[in-house]
Amino acid sequence: MGLLDIRDCTKKFGGLVAVRNLNMSLAPGSLYGLIGPNGAGKTTVFNLITGVYTPDQGSIELDGKAIHKKKPSSIARLGMSRTFQNIRLFKSMTVLENVKLARHMKRKQSLFDAVTRTKLLKDEERQIEHDATELLKIFHLDSRAGELASNLPYGAQRRLEIARALATDPKVLLLDEPAAGMNPQESIELMGLIRTVRDRFQLTVLLVEHNMKVVMGICERIQVIDYGETIALGSPKEIQDDPRVIEAYLGGA
Amino acid sequence: MRKAIFWIVAILILAGLQMQLAGWIGAYYYKIVVLAGINIILAVSLNLINGVTGQFSIGHAGFYAIGAYTSASFVHFGESSIRGAVAFLPRFGQDTVLLLLGILVAATAAGIAGVAVGIPSLRLRGDYLAIVTLGFGEITRVLILNIDAIGGARGFSDIPPLSNFFFFWVFLFVLVTVTTIHNLVNSSYGRAFISIRDDEIAAEAMGVDTTRFKVLSFVISSMFAGIGGSLFGHYTAYLNPNTFTFVTSFYLIIMIVVGGLGSIGGSILGAVLVTVILEAFRSLSEFRLVGFSILLVLVMLYRPQGLMGSRGMFKFRRKAAVAK
Amino acid sequence: MITFLQQLINGISQGSAYALIALGYTMVYGVLRLINFAHSDVYMFGAFMGYYIANNRTFQERMGTSLFSAMAVMLLAMVLSAGLGITIERFAYRPGRTKTRFTLAFWLGVLGAAFGDLLGHSLAAVIGGALLGIAVGVVGELAGFLPVQQDTRLGLLIIAIGVSLFLENGGQLVFGADPKFFPEILPTKSLNIGPLNIDSPKLIVLGVSIVLMILLNIVVNYTKTGKAMRAVSFNLDAAKLMGINTDRIIAATFAMGSALAAAGGILVSLLYPKIEPLMGVNPGLKAFVAAVLGGIGNIPGAMVGGLVLGFAEVMAVWLGSSTYRDAIAFIVLILILLFKPEGIMGKGMVEKV
Repeated sequence: MGLLDIRDCTKKFGGLVAVRNLNMSLAPGSLYGLIGPNGAGKTTVFNLITGVYTPDQGSIELDGKAIHKKKPSSIARLGMSRTFQNIRLFKSMTVLENVKLARHMKRKQSLFDAVTRTKLLKDEERQIEHDATELLKIFHLDSRAGELASNLPYGAQRRLEIARALATDPKVLLLDEPAAGMNPQESIELMGLIRTVRDRFQLTVLLVEHNMKVVMGICERIQVIDYGETIALGSPKEIQDDPRVIEAYLGGA
Repeated sequence: MRKAIFWIVAILILAGLQMQLAGWIGAYYYKIVVLAGINIILAVSLNLINGVTGQFSIGHAGFYAIGAYTSASFVHFGESSIRGAVAFLPRFGQDTVLLLLGILVAATAAGIAGVAVGIPSLRLRGDYLAIVTLGFGEITRVLILNIDAIGGARGFSDIPPLSNFFFFWVFLFVLVTVTTIHNLVNSSYGRAFISIRDDEIAAEAMGVDTTRFKVLSFVISSMFAGIGGSLFGHYTAYLNPNTFTFVTSFYLIIMIVVGGLGSIGGSILGAVLVTVILEAFRSLSEFRLVGFSILLVLVMLYRPQGLMGSRGMFKFRRKAAVAK
Repeated sequence: MITFLQQLINGISQGSAYALIALGYTMVYGVLRLINFAHSDVYMFGAFMGYYIANNRTFQERMGTSLFSAMAVMLLAMVLSAGLGITIERFAYRPGRTKTRFTLAFWLGVLGAAFGDLLGHSLAAVIGGALLGIAVGVVGELAGFLPVQQDTRLGLLIIAIGVSLFLENGGQLVFGADPKFFPEILPTKSLNIGPLNIDSPKLIVLGVSIVLMILLNIVVNYTKTGKAMRAVSFNLDAAKLMGINTDRIIAATFAMGSALAAAGGILVSLLYPKIEPLMGVNPGLKAFVAAVLGGIGNIPGAMVGGLVLGFAEVMAVWLGSSTYRDAIAFIVLILILLFKPEGIMGKGMVEKV
């Protein structure tokens, strides 16, 4: 049993079966990759895990607890966090505020505290600011803390999204195509960043990615899906040599 | 301690102004000032739902009406018993107790209505939510119209006045409203509301219970609208369902949009501006509204973020800058 | 039983009026995802246009009073209202999508005209004011003052509210706030069909509505424009990429919806001759509910919704209290939105996930 377990999950959209009898098991602390051709169902898997969709069949467990019927904020509370394929930063907020928001679940302040500005609130706000700033430092974003998130260059926005996801103190971090739109240099930096973050925060990371250099470079275990089903599972080397994988990506002869 | 000082000074200033204001500016402008104050309470509270949390509510007049009528009925029907209970107080004290109780009742009733309207907001997308809130406002008005005990179409006129110091009371509550919402916005709760506005899916993924917070924004907002209604009813000592039509809701929307959706300072500015314009051009009736509506369209077309933008005077960006 | 049938006829004729207005709401929502609050005022405009045309001396001399002249009144009003609809779309909603020129000139021109009337009370003042406003607007646009894209739906909604307020108050200014009486352009006969006693206006309302709805159906389902409309309501961007001139199609949608609303306005005026600038508010809200009831964006749905709502209202008044008549619409609305927001016939369009 892994930290995150998907068991026999099926998800249909009308007549289309997006995900079929999918199984996945993430060992704690691992760097796991989910790859597959376009339309294979990868984002659907993400959305199932994070509670955006509910599976028609099957179950999903986080640390032994069933999460497939829970809503996303509850799942986040249980230790799951994610980034999005099309970056979803809070556009009207600054860089720092985006990260501060992610500390929301940790709050002890009550409504009363907030409205009357008690000592508890002020202390907690200071703490949140401090924690958020520290996190930004790791991602080299602290110098831009006061800028609007939407004004950041693309690569920085991606980093910010990861920083924000980390601010929720997750056990499992889901990264949805974090290298999309990055040049080779940025991709290499990203790989280093993901590894560092995994080690430093003792995370389990699930990565959906098209950039094979990144996938093969950092993932310890890779699952390949096509048409919603698993076609291969193994180490990067095993996956690279797997004929079924090659065929799925390049098509049959 | 600093907070206590702030409030004591504020109360003293307001009391002082109350004594002098009518003398300085005359009864006509005094009335406009008081009405502007009530509109500020309504606008700032509406801004919490529409501007800060990004939900479409265009039925605020409904909460306003509920507050006004519950408070008026409570005081009208309960006056004798309550006066009896606090008979040891001088008349002035009794009046104050009645007024404050009325306000409390109004806030509670409106808050409950806020829950009732907030719940459908969970399931409904933007435009649909707007319609439900509009429908709520209208249903409230029709219901009031049909309850004879509170005057129905003739209006409710047996409302005991309870005070000659409405400038004081209204602006005291303006202060309460503004500080409450300002403090709320600058806390974890505020960030949660704004995250829902900016990107609900991301907010949910970051642990914000969007369901709870959407309802919360409705409840807090409606409570303050109820307070505004209560003050309005007791100030004018007369209530008529025609005051609470969707046109009123639209005026409130105009106030927060022109001022800047999401900006508390903007809502204050918008409320004052619209109140003044509506009053000042009262004699020019149709032209006033024609000009007004064109202005609204132009503001939305050319500067949708309103006069003060979506962050306005109370920029919490400044706090982030300080952190460096 | 007889009274029930009688009420049924009442309900259907009331309902067809709602349906005609509801169609405009639903079509515009389909292509723009916008609740066109100003639509109810186009209904009012149509009725007033009919009023002025029918009362026009020249028209009366040329056309007399006959079925033909009545139809001419309606058609002319429909055309004028279609023009209004296109103008609204062009100057209030399109600027939110693309940087359209002369928007500022238009609005300042109108403002100027209103000012002129206020200060000068003469036609010359109105025209002078309008020209001044247009000039300022053109200068402003040349100076770079261009409309901003609306990225929120609330923004478009507020513009719609603004336009509605503008039309209502403008109507009061131009037509006068006092009610007028629509002339009898068709003689009222009381017909006996079997055991039922029906006024001819009700049958005319029913008949004309049916004809118009059939025509609309033909246009939407069997013409190229109709196909383009459906494409735009599925996906505006994709339709653009397919080479469809979306701006033109949207304008056509507004034109059609407005024409139908105008027809509704005139038909209703046959039944209830009192007209005034705020007459659109109530029926507009109800027609909107009807559109939502049938499934907003769904054209047959608007027709069904209108009939159902008309019927429900008539029944409620007959069985219960007339003071709650207006509340029926909203109660229906809230029930529908709570339990089946897609409406009776579901969404006319695919929802993008």
